[in-house]
Amino acid sequence: MVKYLSKRVFYLVLTLFIVTTITFFMMKLMPGTPLTNQEKLSPSEIHTIYQQYGLDKPVWQQYLNYLGGAVTGNFGTSFQFSDQPVSYLIFSRIGASLQLGIQAMIIGVLAGIVVGAIGAIKRNTWVDTTTTIISILGVSVPSFVLAVLLQNWFGLQLRWFPIAEWGGINYTVLPTLALAALPFAETARFMRTEMIDVLNSDYIELAKAKGLHQTGIIYHHALRNSLIPIITIVGPLAVNIMTGSMVVENIFSIPGIGEQFVKSILTNDYPTIMGLTIMYSFMLCVVLLLTDIVYGIIDPRIRITGKKD
Amino acid sequence: MENQNDILEVRDLKVNFDTYAGEVKAIRDVSFDLKKGETLAIVGESGSGKTVTTRTIMGLMANNAKIAGGSIKYKDKELLKMSDKELSGLRGNDIAEIFQDPMTSLDPTMKIGRQVAEPLMIHQGLDKKTAMDKALKMLKLVGITNAEARINDFPHQFSGGMRQRIVIAIALVNNPEIIIADEPTTALDVTIQAKILDLMNELKTKIDTSIIFITHDLGVVAGMADRVAVMYAGKIVEYGTVDEIFYNPKHPYTWGLLNSMPTISTKGNSLPSIPGTPPDLLDPPKGDAFAPRNPYVLKIDTLEQPPFFKVSNTHYAATWLLDKRAPKVTPPAQIVERQKTYAKLKGVSLEQVQNGGE
Ligand SMILES: Nc1ncnc2c1ncn2[C@@H]1O[C@H](COP(=O)(O)OP(=O)(O)OP(=O)(O)O)[C@@H](O)[C@H]1O
Ligand SMILES: [Mg+2]
Repeated sequence: MVKYLSKRVFYLVLTLFIVTTITFFMMKLMPGTPLTNQEKLSPSEIHTIYQQYGLDKPVWQQYLNYLGGAVTGNFGTSFQFSDQPVSYLIFSRIGASLQLGIQAMIIGVLAGIVVGAIGAIKRNTWVDTTTTIISILGVSVPSFVLAVLLQNWFGLQLRWFPIAEWGGINYTVLPTLALAALPFAETARFMRTEMIDVLNSDYIELAKAKGLHQTGIIYHHALRNSLIPIITIVGPLAVNIMTGSMVVENIFSIPGIGEQFVKSILTNDYPTIMGLTIMYSFMLCVVLLLTDIVYGIIDPRIRITGKKD
Repeated sequence: MENQNDILEVRDLKVNFDTYAGEVKAIRDVSFDLKKGETLAIVGESGSGKTVTTRTIMGLMANNAKIAGGSIKYKDKELLKMSDKELSGLRGNDIAEIFQDPMTSLDPTMKIGRQVAEPLMIHQGLDKKTAMDKALKMLKLVGITNAEARINDFPHQFSGGMRQRIVIAIALVNNPEIIIADEPTTALDVTIQAKILDLMNELKTKIDTSIIFITHDLGVVAGMADRVAVMYAGKIVEYGTVDEIFYNPKHPYTWGLLNSMPTISTKGNSLPSIPGTPPDLLDPPKGDAFAPRNPYVLKIDTLEQPPFFKVSNTHYAATWLLDKRAPKVTPPAQIVERQKTYAKLKGVSLEQVQNGGE
């Protein structure tokens, strides 16, 4: 286990290194500079600013400087807010995004599991049809559309929840729902398929032959076996939530990193874009590592051998 | 029960399946008895209805199955009239089943000890500890080496043969009256097959259980069964003791099955299988379903279904060849050889064996 973990952590670092390198050079290749729209500046003024940020140095040196900084958690200073280090910008904003993301993930996956399982148990009945339609809607309606709709109905018209503000838990309800829709729908679809497979398997037939009732079969055999593979889609769902949050945070004016990311892109704020890209990659790597570890713990087939047979 | 010694009586069972193409008449008037302590083998080609028969006894039919008639009596209780709740009280307790493929029939995420203990907890209401103790004993009985240490292992940590032993342990743990084994060795290697059959034979003498043993391999029947029922196209066409079916078969279909059985001389060579294919059960033929494939076919075979003709008190066959008016035919050479062996065994003439019918 220790060997496995150290290997995985090594890969995590390697991945982050590659991501950092690629983002760095992509930024360099992008057209335009942070000063592109600042025609009032004279060439010497521009030169001074370049010097201040180290942009006058050769690219490879900028790269090494950046790498060195990144290792110590220093991602430079934001171009947009010149007095703010990027790391401060990220850490002052990441709390809101994490809270939203984790809430959305938990609510989406749990609701998806329940709905998917019900669909499978009642398959080919109206219950199944209804749950399937709901999950198709969840997959096909983009989160920003849902965000706007929720804002309109529950915020503007019914006035149940605040819109475009940030404070207590009340403020998180609508954005969480908007973000949770896709994980919910994906999980429900996945769970339904898995569970139908499991319910048709030989070992469920054997469980019936043992004399177990429907509830016992579902509770003791079917659920566990269909839940285990759900862990494999948590990684992809995390990606969904991250991209979704960029838009949803903007719509609800939430001071999170998603909103910041969009702002930074619009202003060519390279250091912030890069810092956030690395942050997103880091979070994703951690999610993938955690899901792999959890999978290994709960699936006896990979617990011992390290891979599924 | 018509007979004191019977534990199970199946009468005129009819099972149909609703399909898009129409109604598949999979089981057409099947009747048989299972006596206390005996092993009854049901043999027949693929699709003859062996599995459907046993699934119906277990009350675990496919969703599109429909019981169109008949009765299944277990100890004077009509199984076909029981609610699902009553049936699940019998399943795994009175009637247990050994499945075909041990690689897929164990729950991959449950420890094997728990899987063996489960029927005890369901039916006898034992607490986990007592149930696990009994499960351990059972695992030892079926030959799991080092069972104490392995009780907490998962199925994937066992070989196919060992997994089938675990499946057998699950079936036996509640001392059922009837065990249904549907091709319990087909999915295993030949060497492992023999071991599992040995185990079943050994257990049979230790516990007094009736067994319905299903196979399409007549080769394993001789060593396992007391009686044999031969199925074709949803009907039983011949039944008798193992000796009667092996040495003095009367139905041309049984002749065909026996001729396609591997023997020492044919090992390695391709086996002669019965030419032709079974009939379409969407629209079964009016007469004898085997007629189109029967080299000894009579005119009446295509017109009317043959009734059972009595060969002995224990041996019946549904073929018009046994009718008094039928011409006398000589069975295939291999079958005559078998009859000769049988005549010698019984100390009677070949004539007497061949004319056994009434
Ligand atoms: N759910 C179903 N729907 C329609 N037809 C079915 C269904 N189950 C079985 N059948 C048909 O019933 C017939 C008997 O099938 P069964 O599985 O009992 O054969 P079998 O004797 O067990 O064969 P095998 O040796 O291959 O196991 C076959 O023609 C099969 O196609
Ligand atoms: Mg079968």
